[in-house]
Amino acid sequence: MTDAATLFGLLAAALVGIGLYALIVNPQPLRKIVAFNVVGNGVFMLFGAIAHRGAGSGWGGDPVPQALLITGLVVAFSASALAIALLLRLHDVAGSATLATDAPARVSPDGNAADA
Amino acid sequence: MTTTPGGLLLVLAVLVPFVGVLAAFALGGRNAQRVAMVTILAGLGIAIAVAAAVAQSGDALVYLLGGWGVPLGIALRADGLAVVMILAVAVVIVGIGVYARADFATPPGVREARAPLVFWTLLLAIWGSLNLVFVSGDLFTLYVALELLTFAAVPLVSLDGRAETLRAALRYLLYALLGSILYLLGTVLLYGVYGTLDIALLAARVQPEPATLAAAALMTAGLLAKTALFPLHLWLPPAHAGAPPAASAVLSGLVIKGSWFLVVRLWFDVFPDVVTAPSAQLLAGLGAAAILVGNVVALRQARLKLMVAYSTVAQIGYLFLMFPLALDPASARLEGGGALAGGMMHAVSHATAKAAMFMAAGVIYAALGHDRIAGLAGIGRVLPVSVLAFTLGGVSLIGLPPSGGFLAKWLLLAAAVATGQWWWAAVMLVGGLLTAGYVFLVLARALASGAEAPALRAPVPRSQEAVALALALGSMLLGLVAFTDVRFLGIGR
Repeated sequence: MTDAATLFGLLAAALVGIGLYALIVNPQPLRKIVAFNVVGNGVFMLFGAIAHRGAGSGWGGDPVPQALLITGLVVAFSASALAIALLLRLHDVAGSATLATDAPARVSPDGNAADA
Repeated sequence: MTTTPGGLLLVLAVLVPFVGVLAAFALGGRNAQRVAMVTILAGLGIAIAVAAAVAQSGDALVYLLGGWGVPLGIALRADGLAVVMILAVAVVIVGIGVYARADFATPPGVREARAPLVFWTLLLAIWGSLNLVFVSGDLFTLYVALELLTFAAVPLVSLDGRAETLRAALRYLLYALLGSILYLLGTVLLYGVYGTLDIALLAARVQPEPATLAAAALMTAGLLAKTALFPLHLWLPPAHAGAPPAASAVLSGLVIKGSWFLVVRLWFDVFPDVVTAPSAQLLAGLGAAAILVGNVVALRQARLKLMVAYSTVAQIGYLFLMFPLALDPASARLEGGGALAGGMMHAVSHATAKAAMFMAAGVIYAALGHDRIAGLAGIGRVLPVSVLAFTLGGVSLIGLPPSGGFLAKWLLLAAAVATGQWWWAAVMLVGGLLTAGYVFLVLARALASGAEAPALRAPVPRSQEAVALALALGSMLLGLVAFTDVRFLGIGR
């Protein structure tokens, strides 16, 4: 079964690579947050492959990486939630959700220039 | 490894701030500040007790969580490095707590205001996370501690809710998330190869093989993004300059030291045999670039808070100069000698000096209603205490005796001479001159004779000026520890 672990490891590496590329290249913050989650899934998959590899001694799998994986999922979930909350707030206040500082200030529905 | 007497203090150092977070959040309103004040006093007491226990026993404090031994359980461990950082952070947090009382008091007639509640809870959360970073003996616990630190620090940037501070906070968060996921990837690789994440066990097992080198590179790069070492510093100036002054002092003085401390832990305690001379030179090279670029850009700033923020970018560079200087030429191994002591001294001295400078800049901003450097003429006559605090903090950054910055640079210069790496000495000297340039630029304006003294928009709380001066004086006199027989750094290493 080492082949399965190797295959999963390679897939995990591919996910990390794709996610990193998108995280660096995409200018939109929402896409960056999604890309961060793709990298995260790659890392978690690597956790799974390593847990599986530790199963050689007759166990169903090495339990330590599984425990770490669950903690990691919770942390990544909180991180995404915080990022999305910030992004929504930025959209409410500025009328646009870009990171560029010279973004044109849009006029909010009540007629005031929304960008401070 | 077993739990040592006094090991419970380490649990308290982490737990008490987080209990404070929960209590402040649950009680809410005006009580949040009261809870924070009580917790800050208790935390200071715990920090002093930890230092006393370590000094008395002459060995590291250890606590095994739940009594489970390593590697199945998790150990908290405070060696000399951790104790120095715990003490420094406690002192600066106390200063920030006193300073913030005026800015983040819940206004009369209001049951609960958003900014004070958030500030006091997050201040305690940052403190607990930092203490966890300092005492963790396990790479995954360190990951969780780093994430807690980020989650507590990011909202402080956008406390006032303006669009540009929200953007700065989001950019900071994205850099931090990239950094932590790279760190986690390295941790997974290490577990896959060696089957443990305990620092002491790993240090005995690691070999210079491809997976270890990849893990070390990934973890270091991730932490550099969080520490804002050049060229990953772009998020720092808007985030630190846009935050309220008390929050800027926390972020600039303390938060970046968390991820930097982790780089030190990794390089000196986990990978001392694995890291290579070129990689250490690369770290210091980035540090040198940070010193030059940060200082030059600071010189060109028109606003005081942005200038102080760019000065942080430069000072982070000094924190990374020690890595090649600590490399023993004979054994090609990282040795914690004078260079490490210099780096630690610089971290502590910068924490106090930079907190004082942001506080003084905040007082000046509040008093004048702006912080344009060109408009500071004659301010020395109306706000002498704040200008003195700013200057003393700046003098410590420049490295004039007897400041902590002087002792730090002295130790680093001595290591540079001893290992024959004169080019790092040259970088330090040029950096000192540039730092002097922007400090004197402000000072010349503030003390300009003949200028009309500006009218103050608002009265200045004396406590804010006093605490900024106290921290600046602390940084100024820190170099005098060279004459005492306090020798924490070598304990438990």
